[in-house]
Amino acid sequence: MTARWMLVAAVVACTACADLLQSHGMRHGGARWKLPLSVVFLALSFFSFTQLLRIADLSFAVPATAASLVVETLLAQLVLRERVDWKRWGGALLAAAGVALLAL
Amino acid sequence: MRALWHAAAVVALNAAGNFALSLGMKRAPAAAGPVLALLEPAAMAGIVLLVAWMLLRLRLLQMADLSFVLPVTAVGYILNAVMGAAFLGEHVTLARWTGAALITGGAALTSLTPADAGRHNDSGGAGGRR
Repeated sequence: MTARWMLVAAVVACTACADLLQSHGMRHGGARWKLPLSVVFLALSFFSFTQLLRIADLSFAVPATAASLVVETLLAQLVLRERVDWKRWGGALLAAAGVALLAL
Repeated sequence: MRALWHAAAVVALNAAGNFALSLGMKRAPAAAGPVLALLEPAAMAGIVLLVAWMLLRLRLLQMADLSFVLPVTAVGYILNAVMGAAFLGEHVTLARWTGAALITGGAALTSLTPADAGRHNDSGGAGGRR
């Protein structure tokens, strides 16, 4: 795995944690600790992203992080108990296919 | 409808912020470390724009499901590819354009769903349609 894909993985993992905490904190309470913790993950995600931008094109770096869509759609259903219908799953899977093309 | 307008503003701020940040990180001297590189003026402008993006996105998450927000704002992925090609002189291959188009197609498909589709096992109190 190249350095740029390792940085993409770091951005995706930290973004997923931050988004879950933000969404849960804003709609289910517990914002006092979930939002600050989400900011920590956002900071880690942002720092990884800035390093990715140093070694990769913007037109690669930003679409590559769309891999988080599939991870977060899955977590939204499993953790946040959101109703994810076939259209949302279809949208996430199209995005995943788009990210896969970036690897070519 | 209100959620879609918020989503449009979120996408615009994200694209502008990423563009400025990319410009700054590419302009930073190679000798500058990972932190000092962020002091490049364009990078700092990108950081300001991305902070504004994050705050507006928080507001959007308050009014819509995460599984709606994520794919709908994904239209920004293709906007970033366009800005990279147009203003940063990046060579965007056919595979990248196709990938960005697929991501945008996914966003369009998801935008056909209601912003708040509710949750399983709602026990009152949280969630609900606004």
